[in-house]
Amino acid sequence: MKVLRICLALVCALGFAAAAQAQQGPLRITIEEGIIQPLPFAVPNFQAETGDAGQLAVDLARVVAADLQGTGVFREIPSSAFIAQYSDFNAPVSFPDWNAINAQALVTGAVSVSGNNVNVKFRVYDVVSGTNLGEGLQFSGTTDGWRRMAHKVADEVYSRITGEGGYFDSRVVYVSETGPKDQRQKRLAIMDYDGFNVRYLTDSSSIVLAPRFSPSGDRVLYTSYESGFPRIYVLDIGSVQRRALQNTEGTMSFAPRFSPSGNTVVYSLSQGGNTDIYSMDINLGQSVRLTNTPAIETAPSYSPDGSQIVFESDRSGSPQLYIMSAGGGEARRISFGDGRYGTPVWSPRGDLIAFTKQNAGRFHIGVMRTDGSEERLLTASFLDEGPTWAPNGRVIMFTRETQGEGGASSLYTVDITGRVLRQVSTPEGGSDPSWSPLQR
Amino acid sequence: MKFLPMSFLVAAVALAACTNPNRFGDEGMGAGNPAVGQPLGGMVPGSANDPRSAAYFNQTVGDRVLFNVDQSTLTDVGRATLDGQAGWLMTNSDYQAVIEGHADEQGTREYNLALGARRANAAQEYLVSRGVPASRLRVVSYGKERPIEICSSEACYAKNRRAVTVLAGGQTS
Repeated sequence: MKVLRICLALVCALGFAAAAQAQQGPLRITIEEGIIQPLPFAVPNFQAETGDAGQLAVDLARVVAADLQGTGVFREIPSSAFIAQYSDFNAPVSFPDWNAINAQALVTGAVSVSGNNVNVKFRVYDVVSGTNLGEGLQFSGTTDGWRRMAHKVADEVYSRITGEGGYFDSRVVYVSETGPKDQRQKRLAIMDYDGFNVRYLTDSSSIVLAPRFSPSGDRVLYTSYESGFPRIYVLDIGSVQRRALQNTEGTMSFAPRFSPSGNTVVYSLSQGGNTDIYSMDINLGQSVRLTNTPAIETAPSYSPDGSQIVFESDRSGSPQLYIMSAGGGEARRISFGDGRYGTPVWSPRGDLIAFTKQNAGRFHIGVMRTDGSEERLLTASFLDEGPTWAPNGRVIMFTRETQGEGGASSLYTVDITGRVLRQVSTPEGGSDPSWSPLQR
Repeated sequence: MKFLPMSFLVAAVALAACTNPNRFGDEGMGAGNPAVGQPLGGMVPGSANDPRSAAYFNQTVGDRVLFNVDQSTLTDVGRATLDGQAGWLMTNSDYQAVIEGHADEQGTREYNLALGARRANAAQEYLVSRGVPASRLRVVSYGKERPIEICSSEACYAKNRRAVTVLAGGQTS
């Protein structure tokens, strides 16, 4: 990426030293707790280069703006404030007009449609210096995939301004829920990260729980009661074909997750009332026992390099977080605060572990460093649980269940500063989200 | 046939539990009344007055034991109920049972699944210690997935932290 020497409006604390950009100058917002004010941006409707591209030119710009706005890192300047009229992708940009309304970043685009094919071009400008932020880019695709193209544009804009990977062109698999608590119907669903394009992957004839994406985003592990007992299945998203993983009669298995290689599954197995952690070669079906205590050991999650596993155990008397080698063996406890800790999930960046915490009658989603230090609680409610990381490790999605007889589950996101909390709109109730990697 | 193949029984019980949650008396419990069980699939001739019926087991013997918060240790009341269940199961040896372990909603999904497994197992082990053949019993945990009471207070949670002995089989042809 081309680095420009420009006055920087927002200089923020550098939390992640290796990734952070230390130089002064370019339009750059560093995502850290230091962000006080979101960066103002403008996305005028894209230019329609062909007669039938008019609607898409509007829709694409709206999705790009919604993606950026949703991060909380950016703030959109509404078109009603615009002075300059944008109509020609190749015409010179009138920077003083954008500067006057305090837009610091400007995204322009142009769309052409030919049959079912769409071509989108875009540029990102640093308004203050009046220069391009990186080169113009274009994406091609089909008309029914236009939202993905908008997400790709937004990912590129986000990446150029923050210096970090985006997360908009991603999907979420989750459990779609209907009905009261005592007769809840559950089925697996997949959607775009922003709640659009929902598709159901199973019916609700059996309880299904906690789907987890494969590292390549093409398969999902989940727990189903279709045999009458909790058991782990792997489902191919494209074909919707599923198969049960190898299982020992008289046991229950649940809480599966893929290893980063996608070849191994780590999971919990209950036998004789005792729950321990096992790993299994997903192709050969051979399993290895990783913990062996009379305590409950569950909710395992691999480190991004696959060398370690963080999990939950009540061996100390209450559920706490532990890390062990991926091959099992001695575990070290990392959670020491008040309350009960569960469902730890390693960040894709490797730097943080997200978890559920239960304390004094409230539930929280929190993060801590992998040595247990710097614990921060990001949310608080009657019942928050089950965090999952955005592909860039900056946002967490989780389940929030409301209290009482009419209690229902829905999906929320929170950024790792805890400042930007949003509900994700789903057609029915939602729980147990799992965020995919960025799509290719 | 005295014993159905286990896999069939399990499937039948699971299906019934999923498609008709009231079948095992959940509705009656919801109103604070004793559970009103129904015969499974018409295989049991007797009503609740028939001491060999599942309805009698559910209502009179008591099909469930309750647990304290985070505990899977049986209470005195629970042990007394299980003594009754064991006696009944020894007498009515043509029944099998699936013991369902449940948790209240105060806990993560995964932990509660494991906790429900502990509770179901505690009930199973007690029944076995009282002479019920282990081969007639299976356990399943529903964690917090199938509460019978839906309020978010201890009054409901206390009834949701349970192990329920669900009969299958009985006098079959």
